Amino acid sequence: MTPLPAIADAAEPMVPIPFRIERTVKNLSDTFTVDLRPEEGRKPFHFAPGQFNMLYQFGVGEVPISISGDPQDPETLVHTIRAVGAVTQAMAGMKRGAVMGVRGPFGSAWPVEAVEGSDVVLVAGGVGLAPLRPAIYHILANRARYGRLVILYGARTPRDILFRAELEKWSSRLDTFVDVTVDRASGGWHGNVGVVTKLIGRGGFDPDNTAAMICGPETMMRFTIQALNDRGVSNERIHVSMERNMKCAVGFCGHCQFGGQFVCRDGPVFRFDRIEEMFLVREL
Amino acid sequence: MTSRHPNTQHKSVIDADGLQSLIGVLRDEGYQVIAPRASDDAMVLGQVNGIEDLPVGVRDEQDGGHYRLVPGGGRALFEYGPGPQGWKRYLYPPEERLWRARRHGESFTIEEDSQSTDKYAFLGVRACDLRAMEVQDKVFDREPQGDPRYVARRKNAFVVAVNCARAGGTCFCVSMASGPRAKDGFDVSLTELIDDDRHVFLAEAGSKKGVELLERIDRRPASDTEMSRADAIVSQTAESMGREMIADAEHVLARNLESDHWETVADRCLTCGNCTLVCPTCFCTTVEDVTDLSGAIAERWRKWDSCYSMDFSYIHGGSIRREGAARYRQWIAHKLSFWHEQFGISGCVGCGRCITWCPVGIDITEEARTLRDGEKDL
Ligand SMILES: Cc1cc2nc3c(=O)[nH]c(=O)nc-3n(C[C@H](O)[C@H](O)[C@H](O)COP(=O)(O)OP(=O)(O)OC[C@H]3O[C@@H](n4cnc5c(N)ncnc54)[C@H](O)[C@@H]3O)c2cc1C
Ligand code: SF4
Ligand code: FES
Repeated sequence: MTPLPAIADAAEPMVPIPFRIERTVKNLSDTFTVDLRPEEGRKPFHFAPGQFNMLYQFGVGEVPISISGDPQDPETLVHTIRAVGAVTQAMAGMKRGAVMGVRGPFGSAWPVEAVEGSDVVLVAGGVGLAPLRPAIYHILANRARYGRLVILYGARTPRDILFRAELEKWSSRLDTFVDVTVDRASGGWHGNVGVVTKLIGRGGFDPDNTAAMICGPETMMRFTIQALNDRGVSNERIHVSMERNMKCAVGFCGHCQFGGQFVCRDGPVFRFDRIEEMFLVREL
Repeated sequence: MTSRHPNTQHKSVIDADGLQSLIGVLRDEGYQVIAPRASDDAMVLGQVNGIEDLPVGVRDEQDGGHYRLVPGGGRALFEYGPGPQGWKRYLYPPEERLWRARRHGESFTIEEDSQSTDKYAFLGVRACDLRAMEVQDKVFDREPQGDPRYVARRKNAFVVAVNCARAGGTCFCVSMASGPRAKDGFDVSLTELIDDDRHVFLAEAGSKKGVELLERIDRRPASDTEMSRADAIVSQTAESMGREMIADAEHVLARNLESDHWETVADRCLTCGNCTLVCPTCFCTTVEDVTDLSGAIAERWRKWDSCYSMDFSYIHGGSIRREGAARYRQWIAHKLSFWHEQFGISGCVGCGRCITWCPVGIDITEEARTLRDGEKDL
């Protein structure tokens, strides 16, 4: 397997590198996407789907954010951010031309190469679609190497559906099954209503030869895993992306510990059978 | 040219003047010599310029939630146990600036703080604290990315260990196989030998640097009697140790993450985080970003943190470890169990500080034993 891309400047892992905002897109009322380019003279930014960066907002703080762009385009670094607190709200106010600090890429990746030859089921909740998007790009770019491709997505309301145009585009492909559900419908929504776990099984897949990748709130992931297990997908074929508080991303600050794992270094993507026992322990 | 391998087994004897010149030579070499010094109510680490700065005849009383300095040690310079601070505060300071950034219009540049050139000589490091350094080396001195500041300070440091002549009231290093004898990880080790008419130190080099240092001070070869007396002193310390960690704590903890016992501990635990602060291996930190008044200069500081705070595990929507029970469990399970998985060694060294400095006297050895005994009842 190809080794994972590692942080550019290994000598000083705590120092951010300035990147300029090329473009900002407001995806939803509280979610936006930034395209970043290194300031002059920097090398292209290689990453694997599922990896994340620490993004620094000058003087405000630094937060872990997954890379949501296309791994085949190392010239543009793309992040999709939901503004929820001090740092992410300050980032939401950033315009084209402004500069952000970037450290990374960090962490483990979705096993897109290892699962070639099998059906792939991707299940996302909310902004959890962003960390899965690079995997979708990779699979679509190498479509012939995979079996069936199923993308299941749950959002709170129709107005919270992230990457809607892209979901529609993928959905129109004959080789990809896409289904979307919302927790609460508003007028004009004719799609599914209910939790994303209810969609498991749609699109069809061969449970003995399926790789599942899940990203969303822990409760959503727990029920999704249950539904996949019920359909015969075993835990070593399921990957999840975990979220923990992170201050360093290099295994020094201790904040992201999850039992004996450092989510920043050993994760965020874990093969589920490896963390299964811990996953069920409350408040670990 | 072939370099002669230093004879690290070679033992010699130095007297108080020899100890004085040992400190002097270290200072001449540019080291800041750091040793425990008696303050009003505790042994605290600080710079020493000579043996006159070392505490004479001071002992300590330690027990769960109890610490007191008492006289009674006669002329002894090292008859007290571990004080509240570990040496980590020098290798990995409580607050440290990581970098400064300067704004230029929309952009900014980072001015990295220059690498540490601190050169410390630690005098009076006990075996448990040697183990603590070994443990922290595994945390910070890692391939491919170590912590550059820690690694630089550690490489520059000179370690003078002291073999313990008295077991502290909360020590349990024997059961952690870390003490009371300093086996490795030092440059020089000392055993204090006191008679009616004599006050000397059996000195042993543990590294090439240690050999070179000892060669520069006045000493004589140790006699067989002196060597066996030193051995007897350390054996006596081991035998008089009052506390013991259960065997196989690693797996006992791993099996009991959902024990009812956590609620019982939580009834006593104040989640104050004292145990993490005094623990010589706890390494957790947070970062703080600050700006100057004009907003043109921003800095990032790294500060010690504790898994007992609610913020520690905060993610949008709430903290992961809300209950005190979950936070106590994180601490003890990390020390005794998860640490093995992360670094291949226990995070507990048996120094007993967490027992002494817990305001309500929660005892890590007792809690581990209770969990194990609870299994028998099943
Ligand atoms: C591996 C990883 C990937 C992530 N990817 C994305 C992404 O692609 N898009 C996105 O919108 N969000 C993502 N998040 C969540 C994002 O990091 C948080 O929403 C963000 O840290 C909130 O910071 P704040 O200062 O705006 O919020 P506040 O609530 O003010 O946060 C205060 C502090 O708490 C911590 N914190 C708060 N929430 C989280 C959280 N959810 N995860 C980790 N630390 C938190 C941060 O240290 C933050 O500085 C990811 C988190 C992780 C761990
Ligand atoms: S998680 Fe807690 S017990 Fe573990 S090193 Fe950090 S502060 Fe210490
Ligand atoms: S984020 Fe600091 S150890 Fe993982």
